[in-house]
Amino acid sequence: MYRYDEFDRAFLEERVAQFRDQVARRLSGDLSEDEFKLLRLMNGLYLQLHAYMLRIAIPYGTLSSGQMRRLADVAERWDRGYGHFTTRQNIQLNWIRLEDAPDVIAALAEVDMHGIQTSGNCIRNVTADQYAGVAADEIEDPRVWAEILRQWSTNHPEFSFLPRKFKIAVTGAELDRAAIRVHDVGLRMRRDDAGAAGFEVVVGGGLGRTPLVGKTIRRFLPKDDLLGYLEAVMRVYNALGRRDNLYKSRIKILVHDIGPERMAEMVDAEFQAIQAEGGVSLDPELVGRIRAHFAPPVYAPAPVEPPELAALERADPAFARWRRTNTAAHREPGHAIVNLSLKPHGRPPGDATSAEMRAVADMADRWSLGEIRVAHEQNLVLPHVRQADLPEVWRAAQAIGFATPNIGHLTDIIACPGLDYCALATARSIPIAERLADRFRDLDRLHDIGPFRINISGCINACGHHHVGHVGLLGVDKAGEEFYQITLGGSAEEDTAIGRIVGPAVSSAEVVDAIERLVDTYVRIREPEETFLDTCRRVGNAPFKESIYAAA
Amino acid sequence: MTLQVITANRLSDGVVVFRTAGGRWSARVEDAGVLDAGAAEAALAAGQADAVRPVVVGVYLVDVVPGRSGPVPVEFRERIRAQGPSVGVRGAFEVAAPALPGRAIQDEV
Repeated sequence: MYRYDEFDRAFLEERVAQFRDQVARRLSGDLSEDEFKLLRLMNGLYLQLHAYMLRIAIPYGTLSSGQMRRLADVAERWDRGYGHFTTRQNIQLNWIRLEDAPDVIAALAEVDMHGIQTSGNCIRNVTADQYAGVAADEIEDPRVWAEILRQWSTNHPEFSFLPRKFKIAVTGAELDRAAIRVHDVGLRMRRDDAGAAGFEVVVGGGLGRTPLVGKTIRRFLPKDDLLGYLEAVMRVYNALGRRDNLYKSRIKILVHDIGPERMAEMVDAEFQAIQAEGGVSLDPELVGRIRAHFAPPVYAPAPVEPPELAALERADPAFARWRRTNTAAHREPGHAIVNLSLKPHGRPPGDATSAEMRAVADMADRWSLGEIRVAHEQNLVLPHVRQADLPEVWRAAQAIGFATPNIGHLTDIIACPGLDYCALATARSIPIAERLADRFRDLDRLHDIGPFRINISGCINACGHHHVGHVGLLGVDKAGEEFYQITLGGSAEEDTAIGRIVGPAVSSAEVVDAIERLVDTYVRIREPEETFLDTCRRVGNAPFKESIYAAA
Repeated sequence: MTLQVITANRLSDGVVVFRTAGGRWSARVEDAGVLDAGAAEAALAAGQADAVRPVVVGVYLVDVVPGRSGPVPVEFRERIRAQGPSVGVRGAFEVAAPALPGRAIQDEV
């Protein structure tokens, strides 16, 4: 894992001291709210519906057990003993007191964490495939490049006042687990004809008010050109991105307006100019140092498919189901990737208490070389588990309620905090997620339904990624009541698609019944081996529309 | 007649507060001083002065109706803001009896 060097640490310490002084000046009245707001947001401190909220970056979703313990301690000491993992692989603490905020960020800085660039019109936390470095289908660990991008974009003076926020996602694998086509820039590692690894560069994706799928503007970019090329992308956006209209200021609008071909030409021209001036060279020594941080761990020899696993699978179908659903193939023989579901029944998606965070840290130390990942689907991942340890890991996950075998299934719901916490929301998200989880709590039924993703957003800003849910729910306010607009057929994976709106929004009271009728229709009309998304693409919205609006 | 109360967030900790008839700030909406149209402007100005001092941040008026134990915000968003999240986190904090329409699982029983 990457560890901060003296430059990173000195920068953070300076920032903590500056923020401490800024908070003191705000509390004494020397700074007005207008003056202070920008400063607190630069450190990830928002003022939400009920209180201040601190958004803490988890770069490329990788956490050490020590960092997880510190998050638990901070949540317990200065918040209400829980945190919310987000779709950007961050964690949010919902009840931070302004007076305590300097101590909180000082405590986080001690473990190389902060909230810098989790707000504002800058390059935000770079997200990555949560299976990075261990996925069986991976070309290279993309976190080396995510870390290079983090260092490049941190406090970059040219890119600190962009037209709007800017989100980058990276994957090194064939399957897209990082939703790269709905980011401002998505990077996918691939090989050229000669077998060299590089990046496909996707630009102009995004959700929100205007959902758009990103366009490939470069099919293959050599790795060494990454920073120069991205700098060219940023310059074109910085120059041409709209600053007159908040709703048209993201790069997706620029790419949509001028077209991906023109965008590619302009970026290429800028890139050539940058190259002519000597380029943005990467110090090979620095790259080597970063690469060393992400070198694959030395795995002790581990038996492949030890017989006791098969025995337990036969003896206990619950274990077999969990293993099938919540673990993934590991590149190292005899190992597995374990997903811990943060979607236990009756809990807000993505929330974990301090006790649970500590338990996960202990599990990571015992069975996963001290490493944890955060998935953008708001789950946690233990990336280095020996197959032989799976029974014990399963029991430990069960003990904290994180073993629900629902990864990728209907109750593995992505949901933003919604109107229960968020100042921007127009409707609640969490109660709908909880009611759906309650309705579909029967595991046999859940598994019969198969892969099924429901994403819920409490407003048009789409933090819950509703457009790319197989079923998306968007909360809207209709004359003071919560209604939910339903979209169908979305996907955030290789086959990224924006869901299509079915019809008029459905009331809060009706929405769970409507989804259940939709699911029943799918089960009735599906062909053998057909997932919901397959069926949806085959038959279109019509049969589902009929069931959604059928009288109860 | 439109009735209103004044709300803000307390600067030091962000807690949602309401201005009382005596010009103090309370975390309970029930304690809020209820204002008719004639009184709202002057009280808002006084509340905003507290944002300059600075004690609170983001001072504004909220429409209310009289309830059994005090004023109740009219808008759904403001009711949630006054009462806190409608969902708890098992193991961290629980939400008291639901006072919001359309709340959670109880509706389906």
